Amino acid sequence: MNPENPLLKVSNLTRLMIGPVSFDVGAGESVAITGPSGTGKSVLLRAIVDLDPNDGQVQAGDIIRADVPAPDWRKTVAMLPAESGWWLDHVAPHFQAPDRIRRQLSLVGLPESAMEWEVARLSTGEKHRLALLRCLEGDPKVLLLDEPTAALDHDTTLQIEALLKQQLDKGTAILIVTHDAAQAKRLAHRILRLEDGRLQQVAA
Amino acid sequence: MSNYIALTYTDLLLASVFLVINGLLSLWLHLGLERKLAIAAVRMVVQLILVGLLLKSLFSILSPWLTLLVATSMVLFAGREVWARQDRKLRGLWGFGIGTGAMAFAGAGITVIALTTMIGSDPWWTPRFALPVLGMVLGNTMNGISLALDALHTGISRERVSIEAQLLLGQTRWSALRPVLRRALRSGFMPIINAMGAVGIVSLPGMMTGQILSGVDPTEAVKYQLLVMFLIGGATGLGVLAATFGSVWRLTDERDRLRLERLTRPKDPA
Repeated sequence: MNPENPLLKVSNLTRLMIGPVSFDVGAGESVAITGPSGTGKSVLLRAIVDLDPNDGQVQAGDIIRADVPAPDWRKTVAMLPAESGWWLDHVAPHFQAPDRIRRQLSLVGLPESAMEWEVARLSTGEKHRLALLRCLEGDPKVLLLDEPTAALDHDTTLQIEALLKQQLDKGTAILIVTHDAAQAKRLAHRILRLEDGRLQQVAA
Repeated sequence: MSNYIALTYTDLLLASVFLVINGLLSLWLHLGLERKLAIAAVRMVVQLILVGLLLKSLFSILSPWLTLLVATSMVLFAGREVWARQDRKLRGLWGFGIGTGAMAFAGAGITVIALTTMIGSDPWWTPRFALPVLGMVLGNTMNGISLALDALHTGISRERVSIEAQLLLGQTRWSALRPVLRRALRSGFMPIINAMGAVGIVSLPGMMTGQILSGVDPTEAVKYQLLVMFLIGGATGLGVLAATFGSVWRLTDERDRLRLERLTRPKDPA
């Protein structure tokens, strides 16, 4: 963790009812965002990855968002949305290197055969865990996670948190939206609260 | 054309008896179709009689400006029809503009090329050639474009999550929309591909039948039909491509975002 040299730097971000908000996340740091539902926590994450029109400056290391094409930006700053999306019938072709990912399936509590499963038969939780591996496949520097364990039981949740801690050790910056106060405590170095479009630090 | 048999209005009245029988059957079986059937039949009679009179006077006046005026209004009506046949439309002028623009570009463009080179009527805009050819080309292009745009807009709104998942993984807008775009193009192209495959075996096209009935040698009528089918196929393809690409361009932006707020929402059935 190196707060003097932030990896993700958000300045004066404005989108709909949110902002302007400014905050940083350091390399290897994990910041949780909490707040009542409907305050726009997901909207904030979407704005950071530039999936919706928004104003403000966002920077990842020395990459300035406005200077790079949006697809390149989203490979550096990756977002895992609350609802995972699939566009082909089977799991494997959604990955760039299915054979490499096959060995990582145990990290999220899935058997290796999950690669051959049909998307239509997956449960919400299975889809979500596969989507997390897919999101990590491009090795992003910053991870924005929207309720990553909402559909999972307690044991699997802890397994996912262990995987996220591995990412933090590698120096990834993580911004995580969660309803679960215990999870925020376990995983986050800092907790920010989004209310009425403003961000406030709750605890360090 | 010596063996052309002119129809009398009594003949037509006699032919309409079959439709009247259908209406009576609908009443008797409580199908509730008799009103729609009657309205459609009356519309057909009025529209065709009017268009017959209009064409007759246009052919005799032979004015390029009047011909252009009629051709333009045909394109605009077709554009309105494309607009009305979509469940979800682009908001604002775009909704009407993209379909109409694609039809004007492909339909009118190809018709003009055909008139000036292949058909070679003198002058090229002679309404007796220009308007029927434009009508046939536009009618089919209109069908293709409205099917393609309807499929595209329904597909994009239904598959928002999976499209955005691809965008989030760093795909460009064209790559993320390719599966939906491909399906939309397929539905736009299908009618004309099916029509070309079935023509002559299952169906005898109306234009060719009309020429044969009015005494033209069948092999000559076939040549005309082939010309028209090529024009229709080409214009439908180009029009469908132009309309769907234009619409994808409008529904995304230069930062590779999906802009669904530019699409209207259909009313839920009550």
